[in-house]
Amino acid sequence: MSAFLETLIGGLLAGTMYSLVAIGFVLIYKASGVFNYAQGSLLLFAALTFATLTDQGAPFIVALAVTIAALVVVAVAIERLLLRPLANRSPMTLFMATLGLSYIVEGTAQGVMGSQIRALDIGLEDRPIFLGDILISQFDLVAAGVAVVLVGALSLMFDRTRIGISLRAVADDTRAALSIGVDINHIWRIVWAVAGLVGLVAGLLWGSRQGVQFSLSLVVLKALPVLIIGGFTSIIGSIVGGLIVGAAEALAETYLGPLLGGGITPWFAYVLALIFLFIRPAGLFGERQIERV
Amino acid sequence: MSDIAARGAPRLLARDPARKPLWLAAAVIGALLVAALPLVASEYWLDAIVAPFLILSLAGLGLNLLTGYAGQLSLGSGAFMMVGAYAFFAFALRAPELPAPLALIAAGLISGATGLLFGLPASRIKGFYLIVSTLATQFFFGWLFLKFPWFYDGASSGTIALPHALSLFGVDLGGARGRYYVVLVVVAALTALAVNLVRGQTGRNWMAVRDMDTAAAVVGVPTGKARLQAFAVSSFILGVAGVLWAFAYLGSASVQSFDLTRSYQILFIIIIGGLGTIRGAYFGAAFVSLLPLALDWLSQRLFAGHVDAGLLQNFQKAIFGVLIVWFLIREPEGLARLLQRLVDALGARFFHPRS
Repeated sequence: MSAFLETLIGGLLAGTMYSLVAIGFVLIYKASGVFNYAQGSLLLFAALTFATLTDQGAPFIVALAVTIAALVVVAVAIERLLLRPLANRSPMTLFMATLGLSYIVEGTAQGVMGSQIRALDIGLEDRPIFLGDILISQFDLVAAGVAVVLVGALSLMFDRTRIGISLRAVADDTRAALSIGVDINHIWRIVWAVAGLVGLVAGLLWGSRQGVQFSLSLVVLKALPVLIIGGFTSIIGSIVGGLIVGAAEALAETYLGPLLGGGITPWFAYVLALIFLFIRPAGLFGERQIERV
Repeated sequence: MSDIAARGAPRLLARDPARKPLWLAAAVIGALLVAALPLVASEYWLDAIVAPFLILSLAGLGLNLLTGYAGQLSLGSGAFMMVGAYAFFAFALRAPELPAPLALIAAGLISGATGLLFGLPASRIKGFYLIVSTLATQFFFGWLFLKFPWFYDGASSGTIALPHALSLFGVDLGGARGRYYVVLVVVAALTALAVNLVRGQTGRNWMAVRDMDTAAAVVGVPTGKARLQAFAVSSFILGVAGVLWAFAYLGSASVQSFDLTRSYQILFIIIIGGLGTIRGAYFGAAFVSLLPLALDWLSQRLFAGHVDAGLLQNFQKAIFGVLIVWFLIREPEGLARLLQRLVDALGARFFHPRS
């Protein structure tokens, strides 16, 4: 029983890391209807910038400030050079554009800062602790705490600030928001910057665990099933989806894996997502799409 | 997808009949040139540049039927190529009495059936939800073909290579010229098939689904069937392209030969070449095969090879990204449209000179 619990809890905690990546997606999808495939690349860019700066001897705070500034600049550039020219184009065109964007960001970031693997130390030790007789990774615990704080901060921003309210207005009805004078381009800039910040947090956590390298951008592929299960439009959904995917992956690898020869983690989450798609295409917390002819 | 949709089809119908002889002549001359290419081109050119270009064109064509014509976005092209290649390998190894052309078709059919299976969710979902379904193919088959030695005959490297040099249609695949002709024949035959499909009822149904599937369903287009057809045909072509890629170009292949990067590459081919056009796949494939060579040559000339290979690769990646975004913004119909405009402009200049 305790082995089962240990697997379950480990999986749930690992799932919060997926949620962190998925939240960045949801923010952008809600505000601009863009399925941002470049979220993983932005995460890599953020972690790489931070790691390069600390390698050069910059103190933590300075590195963090410069990275955040860089993310804001990137968000402004994306809004000006990509989103604005592609306004009113089909969602699929926008998706393909973000695929192109991910190539630009990855190519440039790695070309300028190098593609070798870097260690990233943010002062977190990956030491397991015992809870009764259950082994829990301390690192995962911190990551889960960060995810909770982040979600709290984001919901405060959405509910209490002027920007958050205009953002919800844009997500709800873009045309109505425009007609009452919401500056949509400004909203896009802010949302992409905030998504970049969420990416930075996720990138620092993932990066300090597995090193900062190209494969970091592949966490985008981990976040997709989470989005399908939780729904594209819900932050709570991405948390719940992350937990489901994390737990299901861990349990499947432990109990189902040996039957299938092991190593099923890369595709199991996708199969799970497909099953969800058949049953509930909008995801657990997503909004149903109504189409008019 | 609607923004690339409106222009493609009507132009096809409204083509000026007076220009037909010109097109026909161009096609005949082109066919003679490609048939005679091995007489002038070196084996290196045929093997390392022309063959991969043709196979990538075929793969692009396959994806373009699904994405450009039927509007179903797929990131699983690599997986369907992989299925084709591994199926062909299994036939060559375990049923050597099966003639190679039949094995090629059978491998394509297996890939097509796989496409059908993984396209099933498309009857309920659409748009980028399909990304997940097609990515699932990519990861599942990458795992399957690595996990079970049966698929790669237990080779320690995990790669597949044909037990003996193959002959296809009586042409020996051992030499570069033979390979070129085989690839050419297969690509030409499947292109003809694709052209016929998209000009007929099937293609019209696909385009109706792409442009607005709800409206298409309302006027009686069998949208679910059309989507599944597109998946099956597209995966069939991709599967055949995978066989050629593995055994007529690479010689030996592995799961890595058909990874996610390959799927991206094929998507880039049709974006750059032109979504929803047959010739776009060729233009895109030519561009994608030639750009790295051009960049290589340029860096050799400019920096005399002092540039780090990794840096060059990253640089190339960024350039591809910029091109994708540029084409999507400026010319969603890609090189096919750009060249069309060029031809029209030249035609207007030389054949209908203004007085």
